[in-house]
Amino acid sequence: MDLKLNVWRQSGPDDPGRFESYEAKDISPDMSFLEMLDVVNERLLEEDGDPIAFDHDCREGICGSCGMMIDGVPHGPKSMTTVCQLHMRSFEDGDELTLEPFRASSFPVLKDLYVDRTPFDTIIASGGYISVRTGSAKEANSEPVRKRDADAAFDAAACIGCAACVAACPNASAMLFTASKVAHLAHLPQGQTERYSRVLDMIDTHDSEGFGNCTNHGACENACPKGISVDYIAQLNRDLFKATVTAQPEPARG
Amino acid sequence: MELNARIPDGPVEKKWENHRFEMKLVNPANKRKYDVIVVGTGLAGASAAATMGELGYNVQAFTHHESPRRAHSIAAQGGINAAKNYQNDGDSVYRLFYDTVKGGDFRSREANVYRLAEVSLNIIDQAVAQGVPFAREYGGLLANRSFGGAQVSRTFYARGQTGQQLLLGAYQALERQVKAGKVTMHASKEMLDVVVIDGVARGIVTRDLRTGKIERHAADAVVLCTGGYSNVFFLSTNAQKCNVTATWRAHKRGAGFANPCFTQIHPTCIPPSGEYQSKLTLMSESLRNDGRIWVPKDPEDKRKGNDIPEDERDYYLERLYPSFGNLTPRDIASRRAKEMVDKGHGVGPLENGVFLDFKHAIERLGKDTVAERYGNLFEMYERITGEDPYERPMRIFPAPHYTMGGLWVDYDLMTTVPGLFAAGEANFSDHGANRLGASALMQGLADGYFVVPLTIGNYLADVTPGTVDTTHAAFSDVERDVTDRQNRLLGSDGSRSAASFHRELGGIMWEHCGMVRTEEGLRTALQRIPELREQFWNEVRVPGTGEGLNPELEQAGRVADFLEFAEVMCWDALTRDESCGAHYRPEHVTDEGEAKRDDENFSHAAVWEFTGVGEEPVRHTEELEFPNVPPSQRSYK
Repeated sequence: MDLKLNVWRQSGPDDPGRFESYEAKDISPDMSFLEMLDVVNERLLEEDGDPIAFDHDCREGICGSCGMMIDGVPHGPKSMTTVCQLHMRSFEDGDELTLEPFRASSFPVLKDLYVDRTPFDTIIASGGYISVRTGSAKEANSEPVRKRDADAAFDAAACIGCAACVAACPNASAMLFTASKVAHLAHLPQGQTERYSRVLDMIDTHDSEGFGNCTNHGACENACPKGISVDYIAQLNRDLFKATVTAQPEPARG
Repeated sequence: MELNARIPDGPVEKKWENHRFEMKLVNPANKRKYDVIVVGTGLAGASAAATMGELGYNVQAFTHHESPRRAHSIAAQGGINAAKNYQNDGDSVYRLFYDTVKGGDFRSREANVYRLAEVSLNIIDQAVAQGVPFAREYGGLLANRSFGGAQVSRTFYARGQTGQQLLLGAYQALERQVKAGKVTMHASKEMLDVVVIDGVARGIVTRDLRTGKIERHAADAVVLCTGGYSNVFFLSTNAQKCNVTATWRAHKRGAGFANPCFTQIHPTCIPPSGEYQSKLTLMSESLRNDGRIWVPKDPEDKRKGNDIPEDERDYYLERLYPSFGNLTPRDIASRRAKEMVDKGHGVGPLENGVFLDFKHAIERLGKDTVAERYGNLFEMYERITGEDPYERPMRIFPAPHYTMGGLWVDYDLMTTVPGLFAAGEANFSDHGANRLGASALMQGLADGYFVVPLTIGNYLADVTPGTVDTTHAAFSDVERDVTDRQNRLLGSDGSRSAASFHRELGGIMWEHCGMVRTEEGLRTALQRIPELREQFWNEVRVPGTGEGLNPELEQAGRVADFLEFAEVMCWDALTRDESCGAHYRPEHVTDEGEAKRDDENFSHAAVWEFTGVGEEPVRHTEELEFPNVPPSQRSYK
């Protein structure tokens, strides 16, 4: 199949950027979307062109490295699928596609479709963990966890940190990302001690990193390749409300 | 090259305990005076960096990824072993130790393996305390399953995403130390060389992948947790950025490389669909519990799987191994599949796979039960191939998956370069010639949480902190080497992509140093690799400059290292003139056609010393002894 690609090209964070068009000819429907871009890049290289930069790694939909907007949709048209797992059989011969990076002011474009998502690490560092030193853990089976709590924790913990939720949100909010970690740990008995300080700290950091607020559009859930539910945002809001109203201020972490 | 494994005295079950008592300690008030560099943030690296930060060392952590959470440990599916014996099925530390030594076909070091089995207990406790959502039973206790042919249920799992959840646990512990100021995170910085001064590791040189800046970093010790080298085959189940660069550059600076030819091939992956294929996707081995593997009896039979009647199918594993059938170990299942394809029985558009058929399982168990057990895997398969495994047999083929070889380390996980440690898949010590399923996650976390943070103190106690800084002439020399190499890549005025050379190298390695290695094939490879390397340096095209983000430059550097490393892998396979575990030389087989060890001549780890690019390396050996697990011949008939 043959396609036309309109691709966002930007040489670095300070370049204003522009769209450029490329032909993708003789593409096999069995290729993954990124393999199609590999082919386009290899041809560009042979013709002295500049290959299109995009981040990727595992190509199995689990590392969270890849992600781009295809015709304005994060990770493209197939639901619950990262762009590395999207295959060309999802498109028609002759399609014209527009490729853009995940856009949010908190994520500077490093090059073309490649953005910097370091603020996600900063959010986790501000409280997205249970404070347990290596060696100080108790016997693993000494505390049973109800299966439904363990399953709910897992559903939230399935987040791969790809940032599709931020790209989909009209406010560029990272609330689904933050809520998934808050909910994962809040569902487990081990996570209770720091439950309310955690949500306060993580939301503080979320805001100071420049992400917008959640106004319940739900676009994030639609875009999430792992199907993380917006219900977790509701849970975060409940914990946040409770923490704000009732929690004693914690002494500074360290 | 001196190979002193420094195995502690005493019976195997007391060695680690005795050693922990005998090791020198660094006073808590002094720990903050020591700088430790950790390269890589997968399971081994993230857990080591977090734990050493908690202990009080100043840790500098490096990853070439944009975030430490992207490391390839994240993709591990199956599970993690631990000798908890929660099922009361007769498991014990000793049994896990025994199984691992035997599974490694008697080419690992007993003392290290025993310690691994011992600390496996602590790993599960640690992970659960961190909030890792392992699968649980309805009563709320942790669930286990049997995995990879083990006769006890000792595998802990988190759906098919065990690696992801364990890595996120370690990553979160790491980020906690970042926040506490004990770990400095250097993301998007790729280690390009080790700095060795007077025979001792003193730091590294990196490239900032965002700015292109070449930087020097000094420390009192360096820990490499940089994973394996399966991508030498180009097509493997590893992530695209997995590479040999860090361990290879350490090898070039004096670290012995042990058993590079011990590479594991996973039997159940999706076959390539064309030339453009960039990686192979693993499907969990659990599929073999209910799926039946077969090929058409007649190589000319081009009908669809469903149209081929029962009596014209060859269920070859069931035929050859009546008692284990489709559950024969990984290496046997892989080799037999290749044999069938080589004989012309391959199925699919490129005739490069064998069938894995669930028709009988669906008849026996019903579609719902099959969906419950394998639904997510079937979905993954359909997403990639466009074929529905409920309706037609899946196609599978083996793919490179894990590398047992790695930097040689002593009992303390220190390489032959003092001050340079290696942990996780990057070292060689625990899996011998073949790794058991669900043991890679165990080893990464054992090394990172419980071994290196302690043994590094034993080394640092004799080191005066901060004696060398980055103004030392050795740093300038290494930086110049790194810069020169980069300029050479950028200056080459060819027209071929680095990926195209990588693909070609992978073809040579898969053909001659993959599942089956013959003397003739290995000699062919040893002739072709240097030719390809020369061609690479003349004909590669690396666009752009060294400034700023340049993925093509990153890739070209990694391919250049694979092109050097591939040779020592072939030398190792050639000189190990026996078959053992995953290393299969058809000259050495039992009457039943299985790998035949030669314990008299090869009961050792082969450790290679670098002598120059394209020069024949020097082979040293560490003799291995098995006082606790007497060597025996495997049989799965």
